[in-house]
Amino acid sequence: MSVFFLRRILTLVATLFAASLIIFLVLDALPGNAAQMLMGADASPDAVRALTVKLGLDQPLTVRYLLWIKGMAVGDLGNSYVYGTPVAGLIAERLVLTIPLAIMSMLITVVLALAAGIYTAANHNKLGDVGVMSLTQVGIALPNFWFAILLILLFSVKLQLLSAGGFAGWDDGIWPGIRSLLLPSISLAVVQAAILARVTRSAVLEVLREDFVRTARAKGLGKREVLWRHVLRNAMIPVMTVMGLQFANLLAGTIVIENVFYLPGLGRLIFQSIANRDLIVVRNCVMLLAAMVVTVNFVVDILYAFIDPRIKVSNL
Amino acid sequence: MSGAPLIEVKDLGVRLNTSRGPAQAVRGVNFALRRGETLGLVGESGCGKSVTALALMGLLPESAVISGSIRFDGAELVGLPDAAYCKLRGNRISMIFQEPMTALNPMHTIGHQVAEPLLRHAGISAAEARQEAIALLDRVGLPDAAKRVDAYPHQFSGGQRQRITIAMALACQPDVLIADEPTTALDVTIQGQILDLIAGLVEERGMSMILISHDLGVIAENVNRMMVMYGGTVVESGATDAVFTRMGHPYTQGLFRARPRLGARKGTRLKTIAGTVPELADLPAGCTFADRCAIVEARCRAALPAVVDVGAAHGVRCIRTDVSMAAGGSIA
Repeated sequence: MSVFFLRRILTLVATLFAASLIIFLVLDALPGNAAQMLMGADASPDAVRALTVKLGLDQPLTVRYLLWIKGMAVGDLGNSYVYGTPVAGLIAERLVLTIPLAIMSMLITVVLALAAGIYTAANHNKLGDVGVMSLTQVGIALPNFWFAILLILLFSVKLQLLSAGGFAGWDDGIWPGIRSLLLPSISLAVVQAAILARVTRSAVLEVLREDFVRTARAKGLGKREVLWRHVLRNAMIPVMTVMGLQFANLLAGTIVIENVFYLPGLGRLIFQSIANRDLIVVRNCVMLLAAMVVTVNFVVDILYAFIDPRIKVSNL
Repeated sequence: MSGAPLIEVKDLGVRLNTSRGPAQAVRGVNFALRRGETLGLVGESGCGKSVTALALMGLLPESAVISGSIRFDGAELVGLPDAAYCKLRGNRISMIFQEPMTALNPMHTIGHQVAEPLLRHAGISAAEARQEAIALLDRVGLPDAAKRVDAYPHQFSGGQRQRITIAMALACQPDVLIADEPTTALDVTIQGQILDLIAGLVEERGMSMILISHDLGVIAENVNRMMVMYGGTVVESGATDAVFTRMGHPYTQGLFRARPRLGARKGTRLKTIAGTVPELADLPAGCTFADRCAIVEARCRAALPAVVDVGAAHGVRCIRTDVSMAAGGSIA
């Protein structure tokens, strides 16, 4: 375990370091001075220069990068150019929405995908398989913002069951918050679930062709028992890999979906900050998203070792 | 070795749906196996020997069409619902497969896998099943069975894994053991050990065995009776001694001549049977071996030859046994 774990941790740290470098350099290379943008085109050059110094933008590139890294280490991300409040606080209040949204979407994705994938693999080439697989084909082709609008038309406008947008918060208990995140998480989950269902189906079908499945049948296990006891665990490795990759898509999707549903989440914060050239917020938000994606994939790697006994030994 | 046969197969036919269309993988197979008797199935790849075994196990693909009759202990197995078949498999009929490297589930401990048929059929507790699994692993000669019961398949060699699958197959003391090329994937040095182990266990427990192999030597040493299969039909069957003394079918003779021999002069070419195995999807109307046979006549191609008795319970599916056996059925 230890060597495997250590190598994974080192990869994690190296990836985060590379991500921070790229994010910093790309945002720095953008044309336009933040101070100029904030003060408007008519501001006097002196005032702009003063603000540039105040924001620390006159310092050399390496110094600014190191200050940022040091800031992240101690939890001080600086102040937003636009709001003047600490970036850490801005992000924290948005995460209260985006993290539950991501978790709900992922849960819906996994439940839908595993159910559909296992069902279709068990009924390979039968009517149910063809039907569900056609549905997933449609699911993959759906743009999530358009599907979100359809959901709003159905559940909010026509049936008046759920609100069309906004976030109820967690102050009145958990349910109002979950209700307001229901449609957004479904719109995010449908496309992902369609893809993951197809991955699950082919992974299960592949394992079903393995020799040990026939051995299990030869022991007297029924088809269903073989599927649950012998096949699923073997099929989980590719499924989890794709789940980890999909998490990145899901976070990218929140930027669009939070705008469709007027949700004050991290995605909307990024969107607004880009529009406002509030680069310090953009930089930290993007870094956070990168860290979330890398961490989720790190967890997936660790889970491999728990699922597949061969991985611990070979120290992949 | 008396009384009603344990397994009685009558006019067994199997049609498989392949990518090249329907293929008659097996036809007209008849045999009976008594308790304690051992039967060998020999032939090239694709001759129908594994399909015959899987038909007995009820493990053919759902699209396979089975005709004829397979009676096990008096009960008909063809058309038996899967739930009823599950009560037999691993319990009264067991099977060992060719590839020990892939026949075990890599995610489960070997102890769990050996205990699984016991939990399924014997109605004992998990702790008892585990103890029994250790005893079985010990019996099949796995070193340190008690210590290694919680290890995973990848921690064992090919020969050890085949021992584990044998332990699994024997867990519920089956009446019949089907061994499908149990040593083909193993090192030559291990093959003899595994065959001795299987033979010892068959003897010890009074099981019947169907041993499938393409190796005439393995068949000669391990079974009482043998059937030679070609193109989905049994071309020769009889007591092993009788068949080896007087081979009746040109194919059996060819197979025997084609075996490599020790002591042959350096540079001696291995004898082969000219031609290739016929495609099961388009078998000829007559004798399946006609295209490769040295003594073929026009009437061989007219219809599938009937079985001719050439000795006590020694049958040959050939209309030219007068020629083939005169030409020296017994010579090598």
